[in-house]
Amino acid sequence: MKPIHIKKEAFGPAMAKAMETYAVAGPVPDREDAKRRHLFRCLEKGETPDLEYTATQLSPKALLFPQAETMFRFKVPSGGKKAPFLEAESFKERPLAVVGIRPYDARAFDMLTLNFDSKDYKDPFFLKRCHQMVRVGLADTTLKDTNFSTACGTGPFDTTALDILLAKTEDAYIGTVITAKGKSFAAAAGFEAGSAEDTKALARMKQEAESRMRPGPDFSALADADTLDLHGEDHWARLAFSCINCGSCTFSCPTCWCFDIQDEVTGNDGVRLRLWDTCMTDLYSAHASGHNPRQERFKRFRNRFMHKLKYFPDKYGQGIMCVGCGRCIDNCPVGIDIRTIIGEMNAKAAGAAKAAGTAKTGGTDKATEAAS
Amino acid sequence: MELNDTLRDIAKKLLEEGRVDAVLGFRQSSLAHMTEPFLATTAEQADQLVFNSCCRMNLAVYLTPDLFRSGRPESGKKSPRVAVTAKGCDSRNIVTQIQENRYKRDQVHIIGLPCTGMADKAKLLAAAPEGIDTITEKNGTLILSRDGKETVVSKTEVLQSNCLSCIIRNPVIRDEMAGDPVPELDMDSHPDRFADVAEIEALSPADKAGFFETLVSDCTRCYACRNACPLCYCPVCFVDESRPQWVGKTIAPTDVMAFHLLRAFHDAGRCTDCGACEAACPMDIPMRAFTRKTIKDAREGFGWETGMDLNLRPPLDRFDLKDPGDFIR
Ligand code: SF4
Ligand code: SF4
Ligand code: SF4
Ligand code: SF4
Ligand code: SF4
Repeated sequence: MKPIHIKKEAFGPAMAKAMETYAVAGPVPDREDAKRRHLFRCLEKGETPDLEYTATQLSPKALLFPQAETMFRFKVPSGGKKAPFLEAESFKERPLAVVGIRPYDARAFDMLTLNFDSKDYKDPFFLKRCHQMVRVGLADTTLKDTNFSTACGTGPFDTTALDILLAKTEDAYIGTVITAKGKSFAAAAGFEAGSAEDTKALARMKQEAESRMRPGPDFSALADADTLDLHGEDHWARLAFSCINCGSCTFSCPTCWCFDIQDEVTGNDGVRLRLWDTCMTDLYSAHASGHNPRQERFKRFRNRFMHKLKYFPDKYGQGIMCVGCGRCIDNCPVGIDIRTIIGEMNAKAAGAAKAAGTAKTGGTDKATEAAS
Repeated sequence: MELNDTLRDIAKKLLEEGRVDAVLGFRQSSLAHMTEPFLATTAEQADQLVFNSCCRMNLAVYLTPDLFRSGRPESGKKSPRVAVTAKGCDSRNIVTQIQENRYKRDQVHIIGLPCTGMADKAKLLAAAPEGIDTITEKNGTLILSRDGKETVVSKTEVLQSNCLSCIIRNPVIRDEMAGDPVPELDMDSHPDRFADVAEIEALSPADKAGFFETLVSDCTRCYACRNACPLCYCPVCFVDESRPQWVGKTIAPTDVMAFHLLRAFHDAGRCTDCGACEAACPMDIPMRAFTRKTIKDAREGFGWETGMDLNLRPPLDRFDLKDPGDFIR
């Protein structure tokens, strides 16, 4: 890990230099009339990632997993004699450097990869994009109240999913180069080497940021809980009451990976698209027969939390499907807080575990009853 | 007595006396600047009910057939009676839903909330960039406190834009009030009421297209606006229809615009400008620019204000010999 030190006034020129080799994406203010809002997008020549930003409503996942993506085009010849034929989209993208990504959002990229790089299926576009991508992180020193990333095993300074970590000081961006990919990018951008002082400052800032965070939710009882028990708890309809089943939480979530496939045909020309989808909607689980196993709203709500907190951890063994960025909490129009839901689920699981323990150690029927 | 105390007393009494099966209201959410729609079914739960400047959602959304079906069959009642706390705009949406036969007037007990407007979420957060621990309301100001430090903002400065041109702040129908009615703003025939719409109307067609395209350019089609709207209760929305599919699913400008334009037309003569759609949007898109035009047109073309009187029929479902339009005669 090599320290780096970039004076703020040198950052713009460094990005211009990096753009000779890389395509660069980063946070930029979206509109003049909404100053608090930044969005991640690919930058044009002359643009610089704005590392003074605080938060983005949407995660940067669209850079890796676009909301609408063409998979291939096809032609349907007239007359019905000839078979339709396909034209695969060729992949021509330059290596993309995502500059200013939050460390926990980068961790979410690794979670997305689990879905697109499986034993059965390797998604060509996602993987090409992912393999050549350089992740230049920006430590989160302007943490929102809703952020609970450390509780999710990552955090505002987590380096595990980054190639370079930067942190903002008064007059400079200091940081560290983590991987070989990071080293190449640092060379292309001409980042200046830092000193042992910078390394110390970085550690100090990390400690300071983490100590300011509010305590996160406890989900320790969920791993051993019985899936069907959690699913069958009687609290779901109550917890879900206010949910209007919009897609705000899942669309803004950096780890939600669900998609839908659509064909759009105009005349003889067709295109197959992959589009973000969300388990909060009716259509998501509708069967062709007309039957829908998640007809009631609370069942869709339940699926979101069960997937993130139980199905995913059980299937992949890599913790919960949440990096604690807090976006779903900030964006939910009706004030639903995943930390509260986790708390409720965990309490039920812990209660059930305790009851089972009492029964095993020879507790009376009454004691078991009271504990459940 | 404080409004919240009165509100809770009313709710408890209704539940205890068995006059209603549930009370639909708001409770505080985990974030100071948010509330959560909430269904109290016991007197104890009724203690959580609140009304403040962060009750942005429109509770008429929750008055669904499901809610009325979920009654207790053993009680022998055909369908439950639900009490609902309603701001001026909410009450107009309730009138509209009754006019559209969603439920009957005697199925809802309306607890009127005198409303002085809702605080815009984005404006509140901008006023307190460090975060907000608690919000206290006093004499037309909001005190936003954070780690003991207080930021005082005048409520007028942070109001949602729809509340600035609100034509009726006290519920038009109600069974009782949770507080004294507040003075009205007399905006209904105010010359500035539709100044924003007039500004857009004055643009050239090309500029208008550009204006709206920019307006919705960040839309993710999460449909929070639609789902937060008490008019958007179709079992299957046209955008979700798949056999046949009416609208493309991408975020290309044509597809996004098709959604917004068609939704606005479906809301014509029905929208109360309650602002729930804008408050729900995670991208802060001011999509009321579409529906406000339909409100203005309904007023100018038919002398219609939505949801003001249970005994009137909406202009789009009524034939009138005195209709000002020539084409109909
Ligand atoms: S954002 Fe909130 S209301 Fe919308 S689907 Fe998610 S939990 Fe439900
Ligand atoms: S579930 Fe919520 S907090 Fe967790 S990663 Fe997704 S948006 Fe962030
Ligand atoms: S929570 Fe829902 S939308 Fe998100 S990944 Fe899981 S199933 Fe998909
Ligand atoms: S709530 Fe906002 S982002 Fe979502 S569909 Fe409506 S306008 Fe688009
Ligand atoms: S369109 Fe918006 S302002 Fe109009 S009734 Fe629906 S939620 Fe309210």
